[in-house]
Amino acid sequence: MTRTWVWLIAMLAMPALSGDGIFDEYRDLMGDDNPAIFVIDEGEALWFEPQGPLAVSLEGCDLGLGAGVTEGAYALFPRYFEDTNTVMDVESRLLHCMETLQGRDREALLKKPYSLRGDLGTELEALVTWLAAESEGAIIAPQQAHSSERAMYSLGEEIFFYRAGPHDFSCATCHEQSNMRIRLQTLPNLTDHDDAAATLGSWPAYRISEGLVRTMGWRLQDCFRQQRWPGLKLGSEVSIALQTYMAVNAAGGVMAAPGLKR
Amino acid sequence: MIKQTQLAGLSRRRFVGWTALLSAAVAVPARVWAWARPEAAFVATGIDEALAGLGGTPTVHDAIQFTTPDIAENGAVVPIRIEVDSASLPNVSKVSVLVEMNPNPMAAVFDIAPDTEVYIETRVKVAQTCNLYAVVEADGQLYMQSRETKVTLGGCGG
Amino acid sequence: MSSRIKIRAQHADGITEVKALMRHPMETGMRKDQAGESIPAHFITEVAVFHGERPVMQGYWGAAVSANPFLGVRFKGGEAGDIVKVTWLDNQGGTGEGETTIR
Repeated sequence: MTRTWVWLIAMLAMPALSGDGIFDEYRDLMGDDNPAIFVIDEGEALWFEPQGPLAVSLEGCDLGLGAGVTEGAYALFPRYFEDTNTVMDVESRLLHCMETLQGRDREALLKKPYSLRGDLGTELEALVTWLAAESEGAIIAPQQAHSSERAMYSLGEEIFFYRAGPHDFSCATCHEQSNMRIRLQTLPNLTDHDDAAATLGSWPAYRISEGLVRTMGWRLQDCFRQQRWPGLKLGSEVSIALQTYMAVNAAGGVMAAPGLKR
Repeated sequence: MIKQTQLAGLSRRRFVGWTALLSAAVAVPARVWAWARPEAAFVATGIDEALAGLGGTPTVHDAIQFTTPDIAENGAVVPIRIEVDSASLPNVSKVSVLVEMNPNPMAAVFDIAPDTEVYIETRVKVAQTCNLYAVVEADGQLYMQSRETKVTLGGCGG
Repeated sequence: MSSRIKIRAQHADGITEVKALMRHPMETGMRKDQAGESIPAHFITEVAVFHGERPVMQGYWGAAVSANPFLGVRFKGGEAGDIVKVTWLDNQGGTGEGETTIR
């Protein structure tokens, strides 16, 4: 009992944390060995594997830099694509390629894009992990030349501050101020360039609590769940708008994914 | 779905056979390499029972340097390091890791060959804030160090 | 072709340090999946590290070792170019192996 009280007082007395501090010792002991390296290999294998009724690989997929160019592509999302006349995030672009190049069924792909408890990883998670690794060291530079891209930023900003749901939460409720945390996890201020850059640069990430690599698309979906908002659909306007808002705020930062997170 | 890579691996029978083959082919050290899994320790549900499964009650020894984080970001992955200075505590043959409040405290046991440094780094699951134990066996005696690692409920994301 | 064990081995001052990451779910058998079904226990039970043909460490593991397990060991000796191998066996009869050369 005494120990509980000492612990509680120690926690309350602890100053608001930035990214470093209480878990430094933990991260030092963890070292550089991130199990995401296996998922990178798995994603690469999936990119080159012929699949679907058309039995072709994703090598013909244009991620914005030309068909099959994967190096540096992830860092430039979200972006407008002429062939679909829409702004896309990396996940919806991958689904588009699976559908059009490989002939796979979109509804089937959307049924389970992300792992559930007990799964070892999904195809989409692995592909996104590999593509993020292909952008390691690249400057985060979401495209904003096209009017649709800029419109996505504005929409994303609006949604970010939009309060809704039974808790009347907006993204801003948790992510508009610096040096805040929930329990011991630091909440990045996504309106601040440095925090946004560190955040965007470290997703997708191996989540040790799940033993899985999770994507930014998944992260947003889980935020919506935790806010008790309606479910966030992969590739929806809302999802892409929010990703655009965050990525533009992060622009200039450096990709260092896959990261390692709780 | 993830496609499992085909393994060019060993079948169970070959693995056991290989161990036997190695101990015959190379100069056999004083300790016999093939040693049984201490199953009693692994199935024990309490720390005392688990320690009994290892052979008794260890005494604290300062030559064991046991490094664990004071607080873990998540209990699923807690990095630990165990080092023993061979000059201060020679002939260490086994190093075990136990987590007191886990459903089964016994996590791992390592047999250290001669001329191998007594140095183990691994990552264990810690169900809740509790003591972690590093237990070493040297010349038939058990010694230990223990440290508490705090495990908290997570915040939202990260 | 992805390896199920990623190993790095470096030598300095007469000691070789080996760091290995293994691809394995280390499922305890105590979890239920999203549908409420029990997930069967699936974890590495034996692991061994070899310097050439010589075993330097052998371990018995329980399910409390973390998923995608990490193992770091050190041994005396070892020269650049020597082979270091890690092998594992799990409770379902699955195996894994990987090797690297010492730098």
